[in-house]
Amino acid sequence: MSAALDRREVVRALLERRGALLVVAGLGSAAWDCAAAGDHPLTFPLWGAMGSACMIGLGLALAQPKRRVLVVTGDGEMLMGLGSLATIGAQRPANLAVAVLDNERYGETGMQKTHTGYGVDLAAIARACGFEARIVQKSAEVAAMRSGVYRGRGPLFYQVKVKPEIPPLVLPPRDGAYLKHRFREALLGRKALAQ
Amino acid sequence: MPGKISKAQSVAVIWPDEIHRALKSQGVRQVSYVPDAGHKRLIELCHADKSMTAVPLTTEEEGIGLAAGAWLGGERSALLMQSSGVGNCVNALTLAANCAFPLLALVTMRGEWGEFNPWQIPMGQATPDALRLMGVRIMRLERAEEAGVTVAAAAKLAFEGYGAVAVLISQAMIGAKSFGDKP
Repeated sequence: MSAALDRREVVRALLERRGALLVVAGLGSAAWDCAAAGDHPLTFPLWGAMGSACMIGLGLALAQPKRRVLVVTGDGEMLMGLGSLATIGAQRPANLAVAVLDNERYGETGMQKTHTGYGVDLAAIARACGFEARIVQKSAEVAAMRSGVYRGRGPLFYQVKVKPEIPPLVLPPRDGAYLKHRFREALLGRKALAQ
Repeated sequence: MPGKISKAQSVAVIWPDEIHRALKSQGVRQVSYVPDAGHKRLIELCHADKSMTAVPLTTEEEGIGLAAGAWLGGERSALLMQSSGVGNCVNALTLAANCAFPLLALVTMRGEWGEFNPWQIPMGQATPDALRLMGVRIMRLERAEEAGVTVAAAAKLAFEGYGAVAVLISQAMIGAKSFGDKP
């Protein structure tokens, strides 16, 4: 399968002028991509708990129905939490979008092929679970994806075909308690830290 | 009741209501679950409660992520499951351990008291140790009349103590499951 897009450019396009968008970044390259687009208190990057990104996005979307929530993750991380697509499908949060950067590889562990590299169709799985699902493989399609993330009716799923390359590491902070506190303070105000 | 052995049949209908009231009074808004017969009534109460969102899960670890996301968004979440699901949660509990996310898990026990299914026993017996291995604080609920206060206390420990707390609900209290009339 031809993988056309540059992951850093796609994530930058999604996160520039991000307004009130809340972001959960799955562990590994997706978290580095979000950091490369600019570390932000309303991005919660994961360094572990593989397979959890979409569920964190769901909990956040249910708690903040007036805010848009975007989960940015990789194909390997998504594959570990496939059941979460069914769980989200049962809730149908209108404010949640999931963007899977699909390079068909486990990028952090030696570029082994993932199941998408063997033909497993992630977008079809998401669609069957009740997502409005699209495959994004041309740069001309990125603007429509951005529009969906900020204004479309969720749950939305974008399988973004990206090149199997490893861009320079750009790491977000990795202290989990700090990441949690700064997110809550930025979203809920200082009073949240006294709760 | 045929096929049931329980120490507390007479209050068996009431304790889920007490737990529901405790969750409500502690401001829990998102209740996720993998069903267990012991949680049947509580699950129904949570679905019927307009102040709560009930979230059926495909596997228990999803509830750890949901609780983390809920907390990031300013809401409190509780996770209902059976002891066999505790093993599924182990790596996801990294979220609670590393970020000090509150987690309130209500675990109905299998494999500990009058268990008829040998396949339930290994995970049931390992449940407290599996939770402790990942730093989860454990409370026991053995008596139905203590259900409300125990869950309210566990909620304070979780949400005000910023940590993962599991309430293990005794199989003796729920009533050991059996198929057919033979206990």
